Amino acid sequence: MTTPLLTAEGLTLRFGAIPALLDVAIDVAEGEVVAIVGESGSGKTTLLRVLSGLMSPDAGTVRWLGQDVHAMGEAARRRLMRTEWGFVHQNPRDGLRLNVSAGGNVGERLMAVGARHYGNIRTEALSWLARVEVDAARIDDLPRTFSGGMQQRLQIARTLVTRPRLVFMDEPTGGLDVSVQARLLDLIRSLSRELGLSVLIVTHDIAAARLLADRILVMRRGRVVEQGLTDRVLDDPQHPYTQLLVSSVLAA
Amino acid sequence: MSTPDDRSAEGRGHLNRSRPNEGTMMEGYNFAYLDEATKRMIRRAILKAVAIPGHQIPFGAREMPLPYGWGTGGIQVTASILGPADTLKVIDQGSDDTTNAISIRRFFRRVAGVATTERTAEASVIQTRHRIPERTLREDQIMVYQVPQPEPLFKLEPRRAETKRLHALADYGLMHVRLYEDIARLGHIAKAYDYPVMVNGRYLMSPSPIPAFDNPKMHRMAALQLFGAGREKRIYAIPPYTEVRSLDFEDHPFRPIRAPHACAFCGSTDTYLDEVITDDAGGRMFVCSDTDFCTERQDAAASREAAE
Repeated sequence: MTTPLLTAEGLTLRFGAIPALLDVAIDVAEGEVVAIVGESGSGKTTLLRVLSGLMSPDAGTVRWLGQDVHAMGEAARRRLMRTEWGFVHQNPRDGLRLNVSAGGNVGERLMAVGARHYGNIRTEALSWLARVEVDAARIDDLPRTFSGGMQQRLQIARTLVTRPRLVFMDEPTGGLDVSVQARLLDLIRSLSRELGLSVLIVTHDIAAARLLADRILVMRRGRVVEQGLTDRVLDDPQHPYTQLLVSSVLAA
Repeated sequence: MSTPDDRSAEGRGHLNRSRPNEGTMMEGYNFAYLDEATKRMIRRAILKAVAIPGHQIPFGAREMPLPYGWGTGGIQVTASILGPADTLKVIDQGSDDTTNAISIRRFFRRVAGVATTERTAEASVIQTRHRIPERTLREDQIMVYQVPQPEPLFKLEPRRAETKRLHALADYGLMHVRLYEDIARLGHIAKAYDYPVMVNGRYLMSPSPIPAFDNPKMHRMAALQLFGAGREKRIYAIPPYTEVRSLDFEDHPFRPIRAPHACAFCGSTDTYLDEVITDDAGGRMFVCSDTDFCTERQDAAASREAAE
């Protein structure tokens, strides 16, 4: 096994009396897709926010390539966020600039890291729109004229354009209809394999986790109750809560 | 109070351009209107601004006897740096004889008793709105700009706390996104005034609403440049000989925009021109926006003709 890119241990965070995270440990290796599943309120999104440096924990450390994420300065963390990391929000409106064209949205991260050649930015934006199956003719349209699925694909293009090594995804398929979800999951899977991306994906959709993830963590009330290879966890759940979760998936 | 003589002197303009004004100072006001403690506070902000070129320094702007948007920031900066020996020039839209320019000039003549002039070469302090004089400025001159909106990212990011953070981290991708959008939609960068600049390779700065045509003049200018925003309560500065670069793309370089005509009065083809509508039948002419520069050229041409 390769050395992990991201490691976290002993993460604890309380919102007043409510424990959001209790002694959570997780690591993500290069090219690995890890899913975090659990019911709503179980601390999945909080864990993602703590791991990506958006929130600091009460206790515990998060290390990126051995460097403490919460100890580094804000400038360094932002640089990480726009180069080696990416964040795909559940609601594409949080991750996109709605008053900026699709091309501008994809180009923003390039320009933020110093690209200053209009023609190259444009070419790169077009190639990424093609990869996420957005019609090239719509490059100058505003994202608010896009459908929900297209907005989400645009957000993925915008995030991946600087070729990050690790992408955090917060329920990327939430709020989309089933056929669009399937296409999006397929896209995420092929892109992550093609680019060798590590993905940390939060979802409450067990089917999506089975499709995408190499490894799975099951969370409940701020604790990781079970973790392991996806097939092992889903086919042979040990913890009663996981058993409940797996058995409550509707068979199509 | 203004006397009829005062007004006629303004009206004749070039006949009496420079007039040392002993004895006309108003009673009951401190020199240059502001009290000394306020001036000291503003000077501290100016020193700080000069030390960090392009960085916006907050200051406690005072109520001035003119409305916000008419130059309250510029007038406070001018009041704090003015000495009795200074000669003041005030420009409004490049012109020395518009209402605002005349009023501010008269204001300082009355509250500070300083000499005023319309000649760029004679002035030691030049307060301006919208233009930088065409004549190259010297080390012993100071430019004071009136700034309505000091924050260059204002239209892109409405939160002040967030723009402060962006400045602190030199995170200016956003401004380039705006320029990208212009090229994508219109084929060129459409910003013709208040064109954003990078100062000393570090801070993104709004040059105040001067035309993009004037941006290159800021680059390594010999004169000290001070910017005052009264309503927004910010002061910033560019020390002499500081690098000032207009933002652009490698394949869409910055181009100063200018009407492709010659001045109808002096025939200049390399100055910034105003379009003047002369009748309601589509008649128009283009004249230099810098009235002093234009008059100078006309006078020179006239004396050449007389000599021949």
